[in-house]
Amino acid sequence: MTKVKKYWKGIEELENTPEFRKSAENEFPEQTNVEFLGNDALADSSTNRRDFLKFLGFGVTAATIAACETPVNKAIPYLNKPEEITPGIANWYASTFADGNDYASILVKTREGRPIKIEGNKLSPVTKGAVNARINSSVLSLYDSTRLKNPLAKKAAATWSEVDKDIKSQLEAIAAKGGKIRILSNSIISPTTKKAIADFTAKYPGTEQVTYDAVSYSGILKANQANFGSAIIPDYHFENAEVTVSFGADFLVNWLASVEYAGQYGQTRNPKNGKMSRHFQFETTLSVTGSNADVRVAIKPSEQGLAVLALYNIIAKAKGAATYDAGIADEYKDKLQTAAAELLAAKGSLVICGSNDTNVQVVVNAINELLGNYGNTIDTATPVYLKQGDDAKVAALVAEMASGSVDAVILYGVNPAYTYGEKFVSALEKVKLKISFADREDETASLVDYVCPDNHYLESWNDANPKKGQYSLGQPTISPLFSTRQAQESLLVWAGIETSYHDYLKANWQTTTGASWEVSLHDGFYSVPVAQVAAEPVKPAAVAATKETPAAPATDISSAAAAVRKGVTAGATELQVYIKTGLGDGSQANNPWLQELPDPISKVTWDNYVTMSPKQMAELNLSRLERGDDNADVVEVTVNGVSIKAPAFPQPGQKYGTVGLALGYGRTAAGKTADGIGANAYQFVSVVDGNATYTAYDVTVKGTGEKYQIAATQTHHTLMGREAIVKETTFSEYLKDPKSGNPQLKLQTTNHGKQPVKDINLWRDHDLETGHLWGLSIDLNSCIGCGACVTSCTSENNVAVVGKDEVRRSREMHWLRIDRYYSSDMNQEVADAEGLNAIDKFTEMEAASENPSVLFQPLMCQHCNHAPCETVCPVAATTHSLEGLNMMAYNRCIGTRYCANNCPYKVRRFNWFKYSDNEQFDFNMNDDLGKMVLNPDVVVRSRGVMEKCSLCVQQIQAGKLTAKKEGRKVKDGDIQTACATACPTHAIVFGDLSDVTSEVRKLSKDDRSYNLLEEVGTQPNVYYQTKVRNVKESA
Amino acid sequence: MASHEAHIREPLIIGKKDYHQVTEDITYPIAGKANKYWWMAFTVSFITMCWGVGCLAYTVGTGIGVWGSNKTVGWAWDITNFVWWIGIGHAGTLISAVLLLFRQKWRMSINRSAEAMTIFAVICAALFPVFHMGRVWLAYWVLPLPNQFGSLWVNFNSPLLWDVFAISTYFTVSLVFWYLGLVPDFATVRDKFARMGKPLQQKVYNILSFGWSGNARAWHRFEELSLVLAGLSTPLVLSVHTIVSMDFATSVIPGWHTTIFPPYFVAGAIFSGFAMVLTLMLIARKTLNLEDYITVNHVESMNKIIILTGSIVGVAYLTELFISWYSGVEYEQYAFLNRASGPYWWAYWSMMTCNVITPQLFWIKKVRRSFVATFIISIFVNIGMWFERFVIIVTSLHRDYLPSSWVMFHPTFVDIGIFVGTLGIFFTLFLLFCRTFPVIAMAELKSILKSSGDKYKK
Repeated sequence: MTKVKKYWKGIEELENTPEFRKSAENEFPEQTNVEFLGNDALADSSTNRRDFLKFLGFGVTAATIAACETPVNKAIPYLNKPEEITPGIANWYASTFADGNDYASILVKTREGRPIKIEGNKLSPVTKGAVNARINSSVLSLYDSTRLKNPLAKKAAATWSEVDKDIKSQLEAIAAKGGKIRILSNSIISPTTKKAIADFTAKYPGTEQVTYDAVSYSGILKANQANFGSAIIPDYHFENAEVTVSFGADFLVNWLASVEYAGQYGQTRNPKNGKMSRHFQFETTLSVTGSNADVRVAIKPSEQGLAVLALYNIIAKAKGAATYDAGIADEYKDKLQTAAAELLAAKGSLVICGSNDTNVQVVVNAINELLGNYGNTIDTATPVYLKQGDDAKVAALVAEMASGSVDAVILYGVNPAYTYGEKFVSALEKVKLKISFADREDETASLVDYVCPDNHYLESWNDANPKKGQYSLGQPTISPLFSTRQAQESLLVWAGIETSYHDYLKANWQTTTGASWEVSLHDGFYSVPVAQVAAEPVKPAAVAATKETPAAPATDISSAAAAVRKGVTAGATELQVYIKTGLGDGSQANNPWLQELPDPISKVTWDNYVTMSPKQMAELNLSRLERGDDNADVVEVTVNGVSIKAPAFPQPGQKYGTVGLALGYGRTAAGKTADGIGANAYQFVSVVDGNATYTAYDVTVKGTGEKYQIAATQTHHTLMGREAIVKETTFSEYLKDPKSGNPQLKLQTTNHGKQPVKDINLWRDHDLETGHLWGLSIDLNSCIGCGACVTSCTSENNVAVVGKDEVRRSREMHWLRIDRYYSSDMNQEVADAEGLNAIDKFTEMEAASENPSVLFQPLMCQHCNHAPCETVCPVAATTHSLEGLNMMAYNRCIGTRYCANNCPYKVRRFNWFKYSDNEQFDFNMNDDLGKMVLNPDVVVRSRGVMEKCSLCVQQIQAGKLTAKKEGRKVKDGDIQTACATACPTHAIVFGDLSDVTSEVRKLSKDDRSYNLLEEVGTQPNVYYQTKVRNVKESA
Repeated sequence: MASHEAHIREPLIIGKKDYHQVTEDITYPIAGKANKYWWMAFTVSFITMCWGVGCLAYTVGTGIGVWGSNKTVGWAWDITNFVWWIGIGHAGTLISAVLLLFRQKWRMSINRSAEAMTIFAVICAALFPVFHMGRVWLAYWVLPLPNQFGSLWVNFNSPLLWDVFAISTYFTVSLVFWYLGLVPDFATVRDKFARMGKPLQQKVYNILSFGWSGNARAWHRFEELSLVLAGLSTPLVLSVHTIVSMDFATSVIPGWHTTIFPPYFVAGAIFSGFAMVLTLMLIARKTLNLEDYITVNHVESMNKIIILTGSIVGVAYLTELFISWYSGVEYEQYAFLNRASGPYWWAYWSMMTCNVITPQLFWIKKVRRSFVATFIISIFVNIGMWFERFVIIVTSLHRDYLPSSWVMFHPTFVDIGIFVGTLGIFFTLFLLFCRTFPVIAMAELKSILKSSGDKYKK
């Protein structure tokens, strides 16, 4: 018999005491005796000294430890994750930028619901992926803390319902008595906005919309009205022009649809095709377009019309048409003759003029007609709607307002107190109800009764119709940051329409285009198939008259020619008001990226200035800022009793006897970034014969004795005879030998015999064959110097804005800069001929030619395979990656700056101060709103570390990861750097140099390809392609 | 003892001193009270030092941006001052070590203060490479310390790292060598205080002298160790400035990338070091009544070295010009043309005048034996050598390869403040040294006293 095992739970059960049996019967065990805080006995207890010290010790320690903890910034996860948002993954939305000046179909990159970057929409048939600096910087304007955070009624914060109630009642009162309501807007290219205005007008009869463009093209509109019977701007096709002659039109960066033109122009400038267009530019102030011209002629503003007429005469003579006396100065005759001859010989050509004088534009039309350009390079069947303003109507409105007969004015997208001036301000006072849609209390909005702040375009629904048959959609990429409302929505509310603007737009989009909403929203645009263009359902008002292809312009231009001649009374000093690439018309002046973008030509930031020819400055005894001097003399420029003070800046290429002043500066109520910077050039814009004119012929310039330090990122302007830095050749030489202008370096004698410089090394070579080798190719021939890549890089890489003072100290942080060089009259041959010694030769080389040829060279980190920076860092903070990148470990950097000193390209940038969260640098990185633009993939660098171009390593990593996830190799074009995507002319190409099929690899092996400062032995992964100028012996 | 010197030789010290007199003369500033000139000098130096320290604190607190450096000229006054001070720090070791090995007895009157000057100059110099860092609080990362940062290690390719080793070694060896020499003299001071009945000072100096007993064994070891340290120091005289010159020579910047730099820098360093020693000694001999110990013969000997090293420097300048032309490299050629004729021509010609032309006046015996002329020329050399470094650093950088990056450099008040501040630190330390340490190596000096011969019989 086996003994049955006895199992027990505890000694008590084993012993089976009576107490245990009793408690086992009890269903709920007795509570353990816990000394609770509420226990009265506790109050009686006493703490002895030892316990007290224990408590004290514990308390202090606990408090101290808690205090040691670094503050935690909580990242709150989504309770309900929106389907489309994955933290860390960017979302891209197609949208549209249109601010009355520039238009582009864009892609907006958002991260965690914040728009952080703008790139061009490559699918768009209009802009084809191109953007400019103003467009890709506009994302920062979204996060501008100066923006109004709620509507204002009589300068006080109000709610929308209050404002709507007040405005509606007043508008109804005005409508009831049949009063006049005027909407003053910039050029509206949105069909739905026009419809909203139409609905508003239906509700309030007596409403009229007047279009006012601060930068006006009414001369062209009126000339075409005269010639074709409809006020249109035709679609220009620079890509079909073998010869382009531009009279003062800066069509690559500023004139009309420049975003589109830059790409078209780029297509004609590739010597590989075996042909290259010829480009003549007649202008006053050296412009970006002029600096790209093959032949540039400096003329006075008063001579512009005459030069156009003279060109007409030569062509008319050849074609047997009537000629008119032009009376042009002899100095231009040769160049005009050449231009005319080439125009006549070309299969396709284009003559354009930046003048806003109707008569001059009529003559331009006549020239194009004689050359047969209509239907070839000029398409009048596809009118461009970007500019619709009629200056005469604006002047009439201002007069009407001044007379007190206007009851209400609604200001939309305009800032006439700044751009139109005192006349408008005094006229506005007479208007009873003044409403503005301005996003901030700007110069005009501070004078009105109600400010109903419009959303930023990235918060808005919108559509655009930049030209006939082309539509694009704008969608919000973030919900409104403040209590703002879309202007269109406001109009609908006041018109008593309940529909949201989104639904209104959607409905109208379908009626206008008939296209699928989803597809259009995805693509961002819709093109009406060519066959259907004629049968468009709704035509914008401005071109409603365009029924069919307009007839050829009238050949009789005698009255226009007479007017052109008559209008000229040349002055001793004339003024040309021009547009700078950064600020444009000044509406985005409070954008620090744009303020800090160096002007492509002058390389000056944060200011406008009076451009003068150095010769004239010498005569006036003004500082020509030679030898690195940056203390400019302040001059007073007076036109018709209006004067401004601005520093005089020596501008090679400026016509002697002229001065230039840029628009967009001299803001007084744009925000902390823009206010008080520069002088307002709009004061010099006058209306002559119904058109705004941007020139003045009777100008006095005199020194004031004051000094002003210019903030320029480049203070030395010539190549000093170092032709190997920016190599160039002529097209005819190129055709003979594609390697021309790109001579190989001489072989060096070593103990192993003669060797190319590249192969002579102190260091072991990196393995360049295995894996990726990232590199860039930059075509100096395609680069127009516009600076879109600079702001794109700033936006992608969180490059700090440092402000005017720090730029004066040469401490801008741009990772990518565009070097601009002027040619000099002095070179080795001249020096030999004149028997000059080296010192005199170099001193004279520092001075640019009077009308220099210009070179642009984008420069970023060259990612050298033998990088001089890497060897000198004591802590190995900058090292070489296996993929050919020169990397910076910011965390490791101790800031000796040795790497920057030892960089032959001087591309490294040091954080001299803390540029974020610092009152001294009160730009976007100093407020929480502005910081929303930061790219979370790129660290914000701290004080004391070195930084530089990383070739957008975050994009490279992301691209490799995507390829890896998809189980494939990285394809050429998968990964793009910010600069490459922004380039409107496709001058910058990024890719894998070890991928034999990649474009960048092919370009790096091209005959025009070279490495910068190859002889230093740095072995860069950035390649440049020789600049090819289409210059001929004759001109 | 010292009767090995021939009668026809001029005595190295004058005034018919005996051992006791030497002790009295040298310990006088330590045992006695400071005069008002010392206090005035000290006050000025101290205030200047405080100002410099304030400027340094401002720099650390705000950022290197308070200096005038920029994207192109990354180093300016900081490294100029560094090299200048390091150069000045060369004379001490040269005098104490090299001249010891060459048995130049005249050095004995000056080596102590020259070595002190070396120590203080190296302290001033070391401030710059430390404080020029953007993140000075991480300066210890340049040391090859085992760390928790993963596999991070210093970059042995970098001349800046070589600097770390060169300077720290030089400083350590100089300090030890200097202190060793001080040991018997501290004992003398101790004994002096003992005689004066001041037990506290006696105790302090006893500790400082490590209880020096002066027995034969101690003397023997003292002599042997001196010789060993002299042997160790001698290569350092050459190595430190050689390595400093490599900060520039190993780079790719025209005007820096020069193989002539090591010998040229060493010569320049000795040149500037001797000039600074002269400046200080000429002041000291007047204010501390050491006319009998630092005689015109000393000054003349040093002036001869100045002519030699100054001429080497001059030849180096000309060689640089020649080689830049001969190289056929346009960047090199321009770098040197720019030095002479560019925007900073005045710095170049200041350097040329001060360093090449003025020292040549020492060929004239009257000039090199004149205290006033020597003093003035020594000041010129000090200024000239500062400009030499400024020219090398700033004018090479401000216009290098790509003309688009060419800029000017303008110093700020902080740049100037820190430089002046290091002068304050230097003089404060030197003045304290004068009052607390024997400024002349008494023990050594006593070995060359003429104590026998007819003249000395009493």
